[in-house]
Order: sequence, then C-alpha cells, then structure tokens
Amino acid sequence: MAMETFYEVMRRQGITRRSFLKYCSLTAAALGLGPAYANKIAHAMETKPRTPVIWLHGLECTCCTESFIRSAHPLVKDVVLSMISLDYDDTIMAAAGHQAEAILEEIKEEYKGRYILAVEGNPPLNQDGMSCIIAGRPFHEQLKWMAEDAKAIISWGSCASWGCVQAAKPNPTQAVPVHKFLGSGYDKPIIKVPGCPPIAEVMTGVITYMLTFDRVPELDNQGRPKMFYSQRIHDKCYRRPHFDAGQFVESFDDEGARKGYCLYKVGCKGPTSYNACSTIRWNEGVSFPIQAGHGCIGCSEDGFWDKGSFYGHDAELNAFGIEANADTIGKTAAGVVGAAIAAHAAASAIKAAAKKGDE
Amino acid sequence: MSGAITEDKVYVYEAPVRLWHWINAASIVVLGVTGYFIAYPLPSLSGEASDHYLMGWIRYLHFIAGYIFAIGFVGRIYWAFVGNHHARELFIVPLWKPEWWKGFIDELKWYAFLKKEPAKHEGHNPMAQFAMFFMFVLGGLLMIVTGFAMYGEGTAPGSWAYNLFTTWVIPLFGQSLDVHYWHRAGFWLLVIFVMAHVYVAVREDIMSRQTMVSTMINGWRYFKDNRKD
Repeated sequence: MAMETFYEVMRRQGITRRSFLKYCSLTAAALGLGPAYANKIAHAMETKPRTPVIWLHGLECTCCTESFIRSAHPLVKDVVLSMISLDYDDTIMAAAGHQAEAILEEIKEEYKGRYILAVEGNPPLNQDGMSCIIAGRPFHEQLKWMAEDAKAIISWGSCASWGCVQAAKPNPTQAVPVHKFLGSGYDKPIIKVPGCPPIAEVMTGVITYMLTFDRVPELDNQGRPKMFYSQRIHDKCYRRPHFDAGQFVESFDDEGARKGYCLYKVGCKGPTSYNACSTIRWNEGVSFPIQAGHGCIGCSEDGFWDKGSFYGHDAELNAFGIEANADTIGKTAAGVVGAAIAAHAAASAIKAAAKKGDE
Repeated sequence: MSGAITEDKVYVYEAPVRLWHWINAASIVVLGVTGYFIAYPLPSLSGEASDHYLMGWIRYLHFIAGYIFAIGFVGRIYWAFVGNHHARELFIVPLWKPEWWKGFIDELKWYAFLKKEPAKHEGHNPMAQFAMFFMFVLGGLLMIVTGFAMYGEGTAPGSWAYNLFTTWVIPLFGQSLDVHYWHRAGFWLLVIFVMAHVYVAVREDIMSRQTMVSTMINGWRYFKDNRKD
C-alpha cells in the first residue's frame, strides 16, 4: 500500500484513463495553471506514492463535508473522495467504531510526517473539552495527537480557520481555531480554507494541488491560499458596474432589486470579504448569494458573527456594556460637542457683554 | 511658551505651514463629504449602468483627496524638522514639563470662565496643542493607515498600498470590516476636531490677547496689549 500511486487508486476505483486525463486538465484549469500543467498533474499522479489524507471532525455542522461532496465535476469528487475515504473521515467512511479509530493509529505510524491532516470544525477547551467527544476522548486530544506527525494541516471552513459560530460571543465552550489551539510552537504549515462552508471547487482544488505537487499552495500572510482568497467578492462581482454607477437596491422588494442593482446599501459584505464566490460560484457554477439577490454575509471572514447586522456595514463595538457602532457613537459625540460649543459660545458672549458693561 | 511677551507681533507660521494648513483643510472637507457618501451612498440612479459613474467619481475624489492629505501630512512632518520651533508644536507635546501642565490648567480655567483674562501665547496654547496632537495628528495618522489599507484592497496584491499597508493593517485590526469601522470612527473624531477647532479659533480671535485666524493667513501673530501676563 505504501508505494501505491494516485493513478492506481483511481483505476482501482473504476475510473478510465480518459476520465483521469479529463480530471487532470480540469484541475489544472481550476487552479489557474496553464494547459501544460495537465500533463504535469497526470505525471505526478501516475508516479508519486499517494499521500493519505485524514479528515477529522471537531465542533462543526458538517457543512464543509456537505459542500465538498458536491464538487462541480463529479469526477473530482469521486477521485478525491475515494482517495480520502480510504483513510479516515468519520462522516463518510465505511469503517466505524474501534475499526475506524485503528486507521488513525495505523496512518500515524506508517506515514509518520507524510500524511495531510484536514480538520473540519474546531476543539472546544472549556469543561476539559467535554463539549466535543470523539471515540470517548475530547476532540482536542485527538487533534493534538494526529497533528504531531502530520506533514501539513488544512483548516477546513471558518470553524477551523477562525472559530465561526461556536466561537461567537460569548463562546461558552471556548472553541478555538486550529492554529490558535496548536499555538505558535507548531512547526508544520497550516492552510486556512475559510468559508461557511468553503466552495467545493476551492476545497478539491487545494487538496489536489497539495497531493499532486507535494507542496503547500502559496499562502497570504493570514495563511489562506492566494489562488482563491486574494481578491474580494466585490472585485469580481458581476453587479459591480451598478456599484460604480451609483445604482443600488434600497430595499429588497424595490425596482432596483428586480433590475439586479448593487446590494451594498442592504448590507452586502462583498467589499470586505475575501473569497472566490463571484468567480467560481456555487452548485456547479449555477449561482452565488449575490446573484440570488441577497448580499454577501462575509462568511469567510474572521469573526463574521460578531460584526453587526448582515444587513448593514457598520460593525458593532461592544463598548460600555452596550452594542453600538461607529456612526451612532460618532453622531452622539458630535451632537454633544456641537451643543457644548453653542452653550459655550453663548456663555462667552454674555461674559464679554458683562465685562464691557463693567468698563 | 507664554512667559514675558512684550513685542507687539511675532512671526509664527511660515509660508509652507500656512499653505499646508489650507490645502489640508480643503482635503479634509472633500474627504469627509465623499467619505460620507461612500458609507451612505446617494439615492439610486435609474437608467443604464453605463450611463453613470457616480460612485466611481465619488471614490475617485476621495482617493485624490486622500493622497493630498497623506502627502501633505508627510510634508508637514518634514517641515517640523526644518521649520521654526513653532512647526514642531503639533508633534511634540511636552507632557513631562510642569509649566506645560500649569499652562494647560490655566487654559482650562479660562475656558471654564474662572479667569478674567487668558495668558498670552506665541504659538499654540497647551490645550490647543493637546487637541492638535491627540485628535488631529493621531486621528489623521489612523485615517491614513486605515485608508490606504482599504485602498490597497482595491488596487490588489502587488500594488504599493497593498504591500505597505493592507498586508499588516487588516490582520492587526481583525478583518477588513474592522478596518472600515475604525476609519468611520476616525471620521467622527476629525469631525469633532474640526468643529472644536473652528469654534475655538474664532473665539480666540475675538476674546484672547492675540490674533488667531489672520495668523494662519499672513503668518504674523499680533498681540492686542503689551502688558505682561
């Protein structure tokens, strides 16, 4: 098993060579590589011993897995999924119970320092991690144990990357994202693939890149693959011309909404969200939230649950025990100062008049 | 700062400082107005998108004014090094000097109507200096840093604004939305500063013992009396 290549695994799964080559060129295109790379991918998959992928589930909702198995090109899903399910993914693998847990031990031993650890969800640390128990142990123990010998870690989704809903205020279980849990002392690369969930093609793209080229895709300084997270939704939005023109949806049932105007005024977070939704889209490229008429909620951004309304732009600040935003605070302060100036000016005038009277 | 001023006039603001002041003031007005309309866009326009470029022009003006503000800011820092000692008042608040604090409290008393007459000041009075530094200089710096970080988001990786600002500012504040939040907060800080600044300048011009508004035009500060403090 140790020397088996990806190609052999695929052929064993009943995939024809023709389909295999199609998959290679599609992957090359999805990764934004030139046509010549299709051959390189094919060559790598035919010759390199396969890298096992372990897919752990912590505190999560399984939306990442749900997204992943709906990858646009069925072959991408079949190929990658069958490669992964061979190892460990407790949601979709055949094995269960002790048999399943034995796989982890086996991979950790046999592929020491050579397997990829994909993590969906995150570990909760309060109550000794009792909020998430996997195979009778707190999830954080399993995560730490498997992270020790991994080659690299993929943090699937906003949970593993940033914390997401379970880490939103007040975060009762003290859920922490993977990179924070492992700390700065952890020396292997951690690739963040945020989104709630991430786009299926982004997930398969990242994993295929790592498996075929045997290296981590180029990351930005927050640990996200540049090829998918270097631009905002806004930068590639098909409604952007309406933004530049000054044509906005004022409310969800108005004329502008029917005409497909920009959703900025109803709180679209496209201008502050880094993701590939406006280019790759969802469900086999059918649509994405903005195309469906609803603004982006910024699900791939850090702490998006705690940044105020989905239908406005002004992030809320938890100051003085009240939820307030910059504009409310600003208007109030400007009002108070304005009133103070008026009062002070009046008092000054009276004082000056009195002084003149004295003289 | 005050002490014994007996001459009837003194040259305070050199030409580059005066020029900067008014260019800076104009850029703040443009930035404030266009910035407000970026946060709260004007009512929607009808017709084809290709017929209009309203938001585009508003943002364009905002960016131009932002560049002017930032370049002016850098130029003003340069002038603090080569200009007269009044040019440094904006950037160095002598919080460690007891007499500065004495002057600050003195000025507070004058504004609380507890004193009949204010002290004379060649340059900024201590209270003005305090507001200049903590509201305008630090506020302006916040606006430049957050502003160019957001500008870099649009000009994309590889651009100078992205490399110089966006890369570290966004993780520092949390995410892009947080940077926007602080940029808005900074806007209100500067609005309050401008309100107070204009009021106080006019009031001082009328009620204090020296000229104010004209000093920023011709550079000379005239004293209305030749009494000592």
